[in-house]
Amino acid sequence: MNQFSYVRVTSKESAIAAMAKDKTAMFLAGGTNLVDLMKSGVTNPERLVDINKLPLATIEETKTGLRIGALAKNTAVAENALVIKHFPLLSQALKAGASPQLRNMATVGGNMMQRTRCHYFYDTAMPCNKRNPGSGCGAIGGFNRMHAIFGASDKCIAVHPSDMCVALVALDAIVTVAGPKGERKIPFGDFHRLPGDTPQQDNNLQRGELIIAVDIPFNQLSANTHYLKVRDRASYAFALVSAGAAMQIKGGNITDVRLAMGGVAHKPWRLKEAEAWLKGKPATEENFRKAAELSMAQAKSQEGNAFKLTLAPNTIVEALKTAAAQA
Amino acid sequence: MGIDKKSEPLNRVDGRAKVTGKAKYFAEFEVPGVTFCVMVTSAITRGTVATINTKTAERAPGVLAVFTHLNMPAIPGWAEQGNNSKLPSGGEKYRMLGSNKILFNGQPIALVIADTLERAQHAASLVTATYNKAEHNTDLLKNKEKAAMPPRMGDYSRGTDKDAHNTAPVKLKADYTVPVEVHNPMELAGILAFWEGGDKLTVYAKTQGVKSTQRTLASAFKIDEKNVQVHSEFVGGGFGMGLRTWPQEVAVAAAALKLKKPVKLVMTREQMFTLVGYRPYTIQHISMGATQDGQLTGIYHEATAETASYDDFTEGAVSMTRFMYACPNVTTKYRIVPLDRGVPIWMRGPGEATGAFALESAIDEMAYKVNMDPIQFRLKNFAETDPERNKPFSSNNLKEAYQLGSEKIGWAKRNPAPASMKDGEWQVGYGMSTGVFGAHRGESTCRAQLNPDGTLVLQSATSDIGPGTSTAMVQIAHEVTGLPIEKIRFELGNAAFPPSGSQGGSATVSSVGSAVFDVCTALKGILTEAGLTFDNGTVKPASGKSESLQDVLSKQNKTFFEVTKSSKGGEEQNKYSMYSFSIHFAEVRVHPATGVVRVKRVVTIADSGRIVSPKTAASQMIGGVTGGIGMALTEEGVIDHRFGRFVNNNLADYHVPVSADVPHIETIFIDKPDPYTNPMGSKGMGEIALIGFSAAVANAVYHATGKRIRELPITPDKVLSA
Repeated sequence: MNQFSYVRVTSKESAIAAMAKDKTAMFLAGGTNLVDLMKSGVTNPERLVDINKLPLATIEETKTGLRIGALAKNTAVAENALVIKHFPLLSQALKAGASPQLRNMATVGGNMMQRTRCHYFYDTAMPCNKRNPGSGCGAIGGFNRMHAIFGASDKCIAVHPSDMCVALVALDAIVTVAGPKGERKIPFGDFHRLPGDTPQQDNNLQRGELIIAVDIPFNQLSANTHYLKVRDRASYAFALVSAGAAMQIKGGNITDVRLAMGGVAHKPWRLKEAEAWLKGKPATEENFRKAAELSMAQAKSQEGNAFKLTLAPNTIVEALKTAAAQA
Repeated sequence: MGIDKKSEPLNRVDGRAKVTGKAKYFAEFEVPGVTFCVMVTSAITRGTVATINTKTAERAPGVLAVFTHLNMPAIPGWAEQGNNSKLPSGGEKYRMLGSNKILFNGQPIALVIADTLERAQHAASLVTATYNKAEHNTDLLKNKEKAAMPPRMGDYSRGTDKDAHNTAPVKLKADYTVPVEVHNPMELAGILAFWEGGDKLTVYAKTQGVKSTQRTLASAFKIDEKNVQVHSEFVGGGFGMGLRTWPQEVAVAAAALKLKKPVKLVMTREQMFTLVGYRPYTIQHISMGATQDGQLTGIYHEATAETASYDDFTEGAVSMTRFMYACPNVTTKYRIVPLDRGVPIWMRGPGEATGAFALESAIDEMAYKVNMDPIQFRLKNFAETDPERNKPFSSNNLKEAYQLGSEKIGWAKRNPAPASMKDGEWQVGYGMSTGVFGAHRGESTCRAQLNPDGTLVLQSATSDIGPGTSTAMVQIAHEVTGLPIEKIRFELGNAAFPPSGSQGGSATVSSVGSAVFDVCTALKGILTEAGLTFDNGTVKPASGKSESLQDVLSKQNKTFFEVTKSSKGGEEQNKYSMYSFSIHFAEVRVHPATGVVRVKRVVTIADSGRIVSPKTAASQMIGGVTGGIGMALTEEGVIDHRFGRFVNNNLADYHVPVSADVPHIETIFIDKPDPYTNPMGSKGMGEIALIGFSAAVANAVYHATGKRIRELPITPDKVLSA
């Protein structure tokens, strides 16, 4: 680990100002990913701006939905009564992630900012365009069992590791960020990026911007939800594939539906085409299967992850089936 | 004379110390002036270090020294031992920092020593190296043609019809793969070393054998063994990786000598993958023949495993096949392929666990081929005597174990047809297998000291890597003397104590326990001579005598009675074939859409003689099965062979089972004394708890799905693709 300086800030303004002063500074929230990256020598900030004292951890009901502060801990969100009542999919996704110890430390904003678990990114002796642009992609032609089947580029095939973000993208969340030029809002689906030629950029946050909160608009989808995470062990493993499904079903017909996947792309992967196709149709396994197949049209596998072409649609179907079967 | 009653279940005598933090592990010892060592490791797999720049690191705050191949102090014993690597590996002997040669990825290229750990870590990050890369080979599958017979294990063959496996009416030919597995005990490896003068070395070590560590260090520095103090009272898991004193541990002692300061090394988790051994990647071919009515006629079993270019690691992957079943024609071969990798080492259940996966899967496959129940098929081919050595078993209660286990799991109630049972969407499967490991007994010595207050202290230079050695020893002493548990203390983990072997190969209770038994028996004799006797938990005057223990001691001018006894097996070891057996039953759920396998229920039966310590023995079985679940479903060290580097060298990506993977495990003991193994009638426990379990799961997955997965671990992708 390299030497760094540390400053604790207590207001948004001082946080943003601290970042503007030092180009190598980074925000520190729960630290569950950043500290690991610093230990591995992947990320070498010279200054850590600790934002844990900022008043951004509240979860409150607004006129149009729930507002979750960026510093709310994953556990606090997962166990929050309003979240469980209005957006059970979010609670389910959070509980599928990491371990209780990590969820007790990790924040909503930090979860969004966590970096890929691609091993080539972590091992500084290996090539990785995300860590070291231009050095090549180690995963292409290498160990790519965990990697993307959607939206990858010839520069990077890494996936975003978050479960929480899969639920948030499905639920049409809006991210509020603040920077030197004031606040702006980013639809959740536009927050993370596909790798393209610049895989070093995980998301569309500008340098120095601070995530303030995530707003989730109310919907009618809380009765039938399910987050299914398929992984190599029963807990504390990243998704091979995960699927989040939320539906409104009336008289056996799907009146509204949200569907997203994790472990398949550089960003949480919303399945809008499948949603549109399902809307108005009977909630049957056959229709779920067709929607899943539709979702796979653009899928492209590597040598090590071809199984995802089977697993991904199966996971979508299982998530939809389980969601539909909820009382 | 032995112990003939059943043991009471004792709590761990050191349990309280462990859960309150009073138990100290090597890294927790503080010595004045301690310094910290961090290793810089090679980023290439084979070649040479061209240049290494340590200047910036040396100037960093707190740095005391940076050792590389250019300035590493000579280790006299290493130089003298020369290059005695034998064929087929035959490569250059690995001498850490002895030259600029790189023999495997992750090999240390520099030791950075500083006054704090953080400063050492920082300085280590400032060491830079350039390399001359050479082509490397780390992939066994691409180097099979280099397979050769190891010097320490010949081929085995019995029977007059070598080709029976090929010509039988029913034939099975199948290949099985066990990947690299890494021990990954929770406690990281390392050592704390310091010297008094140039010839007295003290170390706090993570080792499974304090005497073995003492010998290794004494020979490396060419000093007298008694001048090497080794302390290792508590060890946070070993699973085999602590059976060697690794070169980096010797190197740290050399650095401590040079710097005249205590030096502590605690390795990183990544380094645990490359520098302290692993279960070698092993491919196995089994060809098996049987008659239509299920009589085995021939088995051919060949295992090919990786080793280092500099060492010919060999293990018993094919040994179970040689004697397990009453098959007239059996041939086994073990081959090793030298690769540009660090050397493997025994990992729990060692080679026998690798072999049992293949053999017990194949037996299940053959049972289905001849349309027999897998248990009936095993019984039909049951070996009443050891067909390899033509000797009777010292004890063998397998038939009873099959019976007990099948009743407990409800074997007869299952529908034996593959893919026939369901629980909602999940497919249900039952599988079973047999495990076996030699019931070894080595030579061991124990000292007993009976104090005037009637407390008994026992000492032996053995280790406890977690199974509860002290608890078992206290139990044995209690049973021989009748003294209450709280009046007996067993001390271990100190090389100055009377010698014992390393804790490995499931031999500790049999070996050290026998010495405890013998020394306590000798103590009874001493008391008798002194007119005393153990009576109802205390030492009392013998009948017709009146002097107390204190009286006798003061009269004899002694502060305590003491006796030391050495103990080892005798002629019975040649007369009988001695094995511990286990039967594992697993009930699994397999999700047909996701390929996820969950072990739902386990029944595991040990036929390991008389159970000395029922509670810790049950914990052993639970731990072994947990390791077995890892072997079956989750554990695999993955190497990117283009780079020769691991791509999952951390506990997030190398999946040891978590609590959610482990169901209730029912442990059953036959608990019948073996008449020949040792005075306690016990047999080993540690290995059989794991050996064979992976096959029980694979067989259950087959029963659930009709899919035969022959490559571990059985991950969702393999189930989906099968």
